[in-house]
Amino acid sequence: MSPVTGTAATGPAQGAVAGARAAVTGPAAAAETATAGTAAPETAATGAGGSSRGDAAIATYGLSKRYRGGQLAVDGLDLAVPPGAVFGFLGPNGSGKTTTIRMLMALIGPSAGRVELFGEPIPRAANRVLPRVGALIEGPAHYPYLTGAQNLARYDAADRSADPRTRTARVGEALERVGLSNASRKKAKAYSLGMKQRLGLAAALLQPRDLLVLDEPTNGLDPQGMREIRSLIKSLAADGTTVFLSSHLLDEIEQVCTHAAVMSRGRLVTQGTVAQLGAGLRARLVVTTPDTAAAETVLSTVLKTASAGGDGAGDGGEGAGAQVQVEGDRVSCDADGLEPDAVCAALVGAGVRVFGFAVQRPSLEDAFVALTGEGFDVAQ
Amino acid sequence: MSLSSSVDSGGAGAHAGRAVSGGARAARPRVRLRGSFAGNELATMFGRARNRALLGALAAIPVALGLAVRLTTRHHDGGGFIGQVSNNGLFLVFSALTITLPIFLPLAIGVVAGDALSGEAGQGTLRYLLVAPVGRNRLLAVKGGALAVFCLVASFTVALSAFVVGLVLFPIGQVTLLSGESISFGAALVKAVLITALVAASLLGLAAVGLFVSTLTDTAVAAMAVTVGVTILSGILQSIPQLSAIQPWLFTDQWISFADVLRDPVYTPNIVHNLLIQALYVAVFGSAAWARFTSRDVLS
Repeated sequence: MSPVTGTAATGPAQGAVAGARAAVTGPAAAAETATAGTAAPETAATGAGGSSRGDAAIATYGLSKRYRGGQLAVDGLDLAVPPGAVFGFLGPNGSGKTTTIRMLMALIGPSAGRVELFGEPIPRAANRVLPRVGALIEGPAHYPYLTGAQNLARYDAADRSADPRTRTARVGEALERVGLSNASRKKAKAYSLGMKQRLGLAAALLQPRDLLVLDEPTNGLDPQGMREIRSLIKSLAADGTTVFLSSHLLDEIEQVCTHAAVMSRGRLVTQGTVAQLGAGLRARLVVTTPDTAAAETVLSTVLKTASAGGDGAGDGGEGAGAQVQVEGDRVSCDADGLEPDAVCAALVGAGVRVFGFAVQRPSLEDAFVALTGEGFDVAQ
Repeated sequence: MSLSSSVDSGGAGAHAGRAVSGGARAARPRVRLRGSFAGNELATMFGRARNRALLGALAAIPVALGLAVRLTTRHHDGGGFIGQVSNNGLFLVFSALTITLPIFLPLAIGVVAGDALSGEAGQGTLRYLLVAPVGRNRLLAVKGGALAVFCLVASFTVALSAFVVGLVLFPIGQVTLLSGESISFGAALVKAVLITALVAASLLGLAAVGLFVSTLTDTAVAAMAVTVGVTILSGILQSIPQLSAIQPWLFTDQWISFADVLRDPVYTPNIVHNLLIQALYVAVFGSAAWARFTSRDVLS
């Protein structure tokens, strides 16, 4: 991998996680590491201590995969998933998410670098570690000629650590958990796409797991099913299971994840807590009004007072974030350090007709665009 | 990088590992029944409608053969086993095996063996078995073992069906051997069981070839076609006199050697040669399958 972009991409990411572990939501660490996401190699020093991520549920070191066609699918990935996290693994289609997951699960061998699950090397210790891991990889797969329950029993029989005496009970529980009890005696070929997805999840839940690796778990589900699966993930995480969730749905990650990593073209762009990823972007105050000129004046005045009165907390507020933007009938500015109620009162006091008034929190999508400089749905 | 290092050294290692890494879930029970996955594999194999249809078709062949003989040759003996059937029903077992061994049995084995791993890969279940984790060595061993059982079951399906049809349609009694002596029905029955077992053993080489081909592709139909094609190719090579140098090494070369059991004393050289060829094919293609399967990237 090329040295320049390599350090820029992976160094700060390690720093971010180290910071996250030191102080889970420490605002200072969050602000620093998040800005580091763009370019600040010095913070990498905290994480550059190297191979001391033994307590991580998933750790990869310089993980790379080049397929036989010569295509580099994953390039120097340094991933650290803290135990107990719900870790969102984000990236457009073709960014190397599934290839990474396949390497985590010992289905394919890396071209370079290594993988550790719970501090144990993969694939060497795969047979020892994988019973603790439930997985849904690139969609569910079943024996169409077996019933739902028979399918689960077969996967369970494949796991040597599974007790055959409790198999029937565990299969029943897993089916219950994903809402398939009524269809357990139906052949899998008669299942709908959503039911197959649920059956795949049930297979991952046959035993109590320490780690769940879920690749696009809500694919093919209706909105109700998506909500059920998300709440299932949340309840599993509440029990202490680490969840590694790959998705290209940003709201999904935003809704359920505590941590996230962003992949782009086989490289890790950033990783950290979800709060950190958004922290680089400020909330924006948006006013919808026909009196755009008047609103602009009011907001500029308010901003100036805020940055003058604020004791430097708005770190460099005068520069990039301080302008007021006007787009059509929307006037917006940085919401940092502003008191929305006071601003609204000032607007009304100045005779501005306020049709809409909102403080918009930055979304992960904004963070993604800010980090990669590209839209999310870039075809690779 | 190769994945062959993922090889599990065996149950003991896994036990020790769990004891160390059990951690948060230490309460998980340790008891495991040996071979429970093998049992599941057999149940899946013989529960599958396609495989049952294959066995059903194999069972139907002696019925058709028996009826054809019953309806055409009323009395007097023609040549070969079939000629003897109308005199002694037990010869239907030998005739049915002789007829099914070159084509129908290899076809059935080719389908099941070719499908063994490629079918799992094609439908995506291979990745879930591997992350269960089944262990690549264990999966390959279980698949190979199940194939051997299928060879046995397929051969005995033909033999048993032929035996029943023979009992129903034809007289039974003493059996005249190829070497001229007559032996009792009971003694002949023992020979019939032995012959069926030899036919099953004759199919093992082909099963190993099929298992190997099955590790090469994710397309089950292709693996089946190649495996059946290999049998046909072997048969063709067998019939070209100029290739006499390699013919003793073809897995079909001594398939008919089972008939030597019907001599007294049993003429063993060809039978032993056949078993050696089969063992060689199992060793070579089994190793090739192992080398391939334990190192391949599973992308399906």
